[in-house]
Amino acid sequence: MAELVIFFEQIYRILFLLIPVLVSVAMIVWLDRRVWAFVQKRRGPNVVGPFGLFQTLADALKYIFKEIIIPASSNKVIFILAPIVTMTLALIAWAVIPFSETFVLADINVGILYLFAVSSLGVYGIIMGGWASNSKYPFLGAIRSAAQMVSYEVSIGVIIINVLLCVGSLNLSDIVLAQKDLWFVIPLFPMFIIFFISALAETNRPPFDLPEAEAELVAGYQTEYSGMMYAMFWLGEYANILLMCAIGSILFLGGWLSPIDLFPLNVIPAPIWLILKILFLFILFALIKAIVPRYRYDQLMKLGWKIFLPFSLIYVVLTASFLMYFDLLPGN
Amino acid sequence: MIAHAIVFYIFSLIAIVSAIMVTVSKNTVNSVFFLILDFISISCLFIMIGAEFLGMIMLIVYVGAVAVLFLFVVMMLNVAQQKNEWFNSSGRSSHIPVGLLVSIIIFFELIIVVGGWKYKPDLLDSIAIEINTDLTNTQSLGSVIYTDYIHLFQLSGMVLLVAMIGAIVLTFRQRSGVKRQSYFKQISRDRKDGIELVDVENNKGVKIDA
Repeated sequence: MAELVIFFEQIYRILFLLIPVLVSVAMIVWLDRRVWAFVQKRRGPNVVGPFGLFQTLADALKYIFKEIIIPASSNKVIFILAPIVTMTLALIAWAVIPFSETFVLADINVGILYLFAVSSLGVYGIIMGGWASNSKYPFLGAIRSAAQMVSYEVSIGVIIINVLLCVGSLNLSDIVLAQKDLWFVIPLFPMFIIFFISALAETNRPPFDLPEAEAELVAGYQTEYSGMMYAMFWLGEYANILLMCAIGSILFLGGWLSPIDLFPLNVIPAPIWLILKILFLFILFALIKAIVPRYRYDQLMKLGWKIFLPFSLIYVVLTASFLMYFDLLPGN
Repeated sequence: MIAHAIVFYIFSLIAIVSAIMVTVSKNTVNSVFFLILDFISISCLFIMIGAEFLGMIMLIVYVGAVAVLFLFVVMMLNVAQQKNEWFNSSGRSSHIPVGLLVSIIIFFELIIVVGGWKYKPDLLDSIAIEINTDLTNTQSLGSVIYTDYIHLFQLSGMVLLVAMIGAIVLTFRQRSGVKRQSYFKQISRDRKDGIELVDVENNKGVKIDA
């Protein structure tokens, strides 16, 4: 009986995490479009609900009632599996994100590796979708996207090593608590910039949205998708973007910690701080989408392999020697 | 404990079935997807025995990188066709002895491993370093790899480096006529290099290429 209670408690906790994430994904899509419109002096979605807040829900409803078209020559099983994989991987990663010292679904001691592993699996949804469509544009989009994600993951991995050197633990809560005195964005500022740009590339956001570059590839790997399956790709993509913002705020911006541990700031509940930081990073994502023109593909690869990777590797050596010299290594 | 056993059998069943499907399935891309499923369930098994670091590294390295490259190759080269040709060709009998040899070797290795399992308690006594149960996986791995086994670790790094250089040398070929962008050239251009004012004579035109 007691086991059953624990089981249902876990399900309750999962739902309590999952539903806010899904709702905030819907809200974030609206925010993205509003910021984009704001930069371009348009109004953006402002009709459905107050300030157009329910626009995404209306869109989702439209997608649900649309017909799902499966191309006759496609590999049907993989074609249907692809959006499911994307969506699932985008959501399961949230299990380890700590919203406060106690409010975390799974406080595992290789949390950051788990996040890295899940985000490296994200490429499969796209490859599967692109290949199973059995059509040229989706396939080209999928190959571009896979190459892009694999390349930028390497530099994200090295950046994570930088942070881990300063923390001495792979646990996400430990990473946040290690920033109690100093957020890592200050000593590791160049790494934060590179992480941010790599996150843009990893989530296929503009200026690195080459996998779905509409001028060249119609809509990339999503070309053959319609209705609910397209909506799942779309939700998964935005959930991934939110996740990247969350990882960025945990690694560099002190997670749930308040900027200064003083009276009016530290009474604000911890999850609110994390949400504010995620929103800050997301608004940067949205602004960059509006401002920056798209990269060329060879420039993208050059940036990833020839600039970011060597630079972050050198920074690992620098960080390690700095910590060693001043005897600041954690765990001593 | 029962739940633990059930989950273990589910994962190992998935691992074995997908390993069989890798070799059996006709479509090569499906084979790779089954291989990925196999990797994932094996890393779940790793996590179940408490080797969470190994499990995650398995996911990152094998599923996140190696299998992606497999997929690339299989999708681009249309291996499925070649595989069918290979199976239907008349020369297939020459491949069978090699395959048999490899599988016999693997079979005997498995027998040795399973035989060693029987002496598992004695085996634990013979290890060189004491197992510290207080440390997490990652910490204990790090404290051993970078101290006691540093030479072996560096040696394996060298082997990987050699393999990497070999792969690059094998695939590298210099192509002529490729236009490359040089940022320095672009930036260091100024008005003098770019623009020339010429008085054009009537009916003569200008020679552009200098």
